[in-house]
Amino acid sequence: MTTLSPQRKRLDAGMLKRGGVLAALVVLAIALALLQSGSALVVWQSVVTGILTGGLYGLIAMGLTLIFGVLDIVNFAHGALLAVAMFLAFGVVQTTGLHPYLALVASVPVLFLIGAAVHRGLLSGSGGGSLENQLLITLGLSLLLENGLLLFFGAEPRSVKLPGEIQIPLFGAVVAGSRLYAFAGAILLGALLYWLLRRTRLGTAIRAVAANGPGAELVGINVRRLHTLTFAIGTACAGAAAVLAAPLISITPTLGAQFNITAFVVVVLGGMGNVVGALVGGLLIGLVEQLTTIFLNGQSSLLGVFVVFVLVLFLRPQGLFGRRA
Amino acid sequence: MTATIERPAEKPVKAPPLHPRRRQLAVLAVLVLLAIPLPLVLPPALGAVAVRILIFLLMAVGWNIMSGFGGMFSFGHAAYFGLGAYTSAYLLVEHGVSPWIGMLAGMGVAAAVAVVIGYFSFRYRLQGAYFALATFAFAEALRLIATSSDFVNRAVGFQVPLIQGESLWQLQFAADSPAYFWVALVLAGLAVAVSIVFLHSRAGKYVTAIRDDELAAASLGTPVMRHKLLTVALSAAITAVAGAYYTQYYLFVNPDLAFGASVSIQAIVPVVIGGIGTVWGPVVGSVIMGSLSDVTATLLRTPPEFLGFLQGRSGLDVVLYAILLILIVRLLPKGIVGTLKERWRR
Repeated sequence: MTTLSPQRKRLDAGMLKRGGVLAALVVLAIALALLQSGSALVVWQSVVTGILTGGLYGLIAMGLTLIFGVLDIVNFAHGALLAVAMFLAFGVVQTTGLHPYLALVASVPVLFLIGAAVHRGLLSGSGGGSLENQLLITLGLSLLLENGLLLFFGAEPRSVKLPGEIQIPLFGAVVAGSRLYAFAGAILLGALLYWLLRRTRLGTAIRAVAANGPGAELVGINVRRLHTLTFAIGTACAGAAAVLAAPLISITPTLGAQFNITAFVVVVLGGMGNVVGALVGGLLIGLVEQLTTIFLNGQSSLLGVFVVFVLVLFLRPQGLFGRRA
Repeated sequence: MTATIERPAEKPVKAPPLHPRRRQLAVLAVLVLLAIPLPLVLPPALGAVAVRILIFLLMAVGWNIMSGFGGMFSFGHAAYFGLGAYTSAYLLVEHGVSPWIGMLAGMGVAAAVAVVIGYFSFRYRLQGAYFALATFAFAEALRLIATSSDFVNRAVGFQVPLIQGESLWQLQFAADSPAYFWVALVLAGLAVAVSIVFLHSRAGKYVTAIRDDELAAASLGTPVMRHKLLTVALSAAITAVAGAYYTQYYLFVNPDLAFGASVSIQAIVPVVIGGIGTVWGPVVGSVIMGSLSDVTATLLRTPPEFLGFLQGRSGLDVVLYAILLILIVRLLPKGIVGTLKERWRR
């Protein structure tokens, strides 16, 4: 697991046990869903959709968890930045007519720069210090971005169409191609981040700062610059996630809010700062959401997400794979 | 030279200063007296702004007790606002109960829910960001439950039925009646008074001690849990009054208006602008935020030439107070009142 501590954590017995319990719970929930709906196809379809959507949640949560793990900042503006990146992608596709996924070329670097600017300008230095202040600043930023988008683009939803969108049959279930690509993108990005954190000098420095800031400073790491860099990388992840998710949802200025909630749940579930945990947490939340709609007909699928969130917060605030501090 | 004993210059004997509680209550009384004639002199449009300011003030005072005095940073005060709004609306619409009784019931429900949420949060030692996220999650969960329950009309919510004529007992007056302002003024004045009395009470001193150093306070035998829960309940009850009054004033409530994240933000922002943990911070912050939202509303209705594209758009008020929020946190981390107080002492 990629927690941000310098020493490699091996899978221990407790982790295996929790993984087993979790897998058993998931199987049980699916079995119950089968009994509830009586149609294997319906359940299979929601399991597939859940897992694929979950990959997307993991993708969005990865940047958030990186920022939390290294900087201890709960970034309430992550969802709003995602929305900004989506409008950017929409704008690029609209004006240039490029393939939607090519918008990555614009959205990732632009979001990287926005992230660096936000950290330098708003979060570091005096006034950005305490936890409450950082919460308030990111909250203010999210309000600013969301309502700025609302002001300039209006509330009418927009969409990005994938040219040559196909429906892919998957053992009876049917999924949109874009959903599958987004899932693959999530895995790829997760692997990339894992590689970055584990195998590069930069990653080692990031993990060192996360584990012990003053100590890292002593061995010559420029902690402030590294914080800015980490925040920028986390924000760039939102840029990538936005492009991959854009064909799947309708783009509105306030879309960030709903993803923010899910992303926080995923981050807490996976253990704050745990990039692979975010991916696993995302898959679980995707499943929970889909199964909720089977069990509680007509209720919002987010309700199940909240139940899981509250249980995890209370029972395992360090996340499924973390250890008690 | 004869040795003289240095002694400090004699100071003229001054009257002992007023106890801060008395001083603050006296200031409050003066402010309320000054505010009474306002709706008679202000044009009706500004009268509505004044009522909105007072509703902001109620929410701000409620949030400040828990998060300012108590140091428990809540991100979900919409939960208590919404419970107040929904309890009174439900009792009025479905059972014809007077909004006053509905308001009291809403305070009770909100306080009870706050105690339950608080108990579990403190029992499992949720702190800082985790506590903020948990309170946020509870408010969102309530919003979703309200949106999907037939019991409270799902997304439609409640519409307060109009009565014939005016009645204080039914809390309905003519649309531009100054009575709406006066009732809100009494409620907000009472809320500020309660916050002043609470701050200087024994319980209040315990709570600020727990906020400043929980471990030290606990080791000196402070019943930490009890006082935290008391604070949370008081805070929720005051916020619920705002919710109940909001419904009665706008005659309408739905899940987003009651439990939406923006409601929690409206409780937080005035206090941050004014000064977290100060008595007058919520007052100053609400006046600024309320006036600001009026300025932007006018601007959007009739924008000047170069801002013509803003016509009919929404979001400008939030943009402005988001900028204000960020600026205040960056430049005056103690808020306006907190910073002034610091300058004053020096």
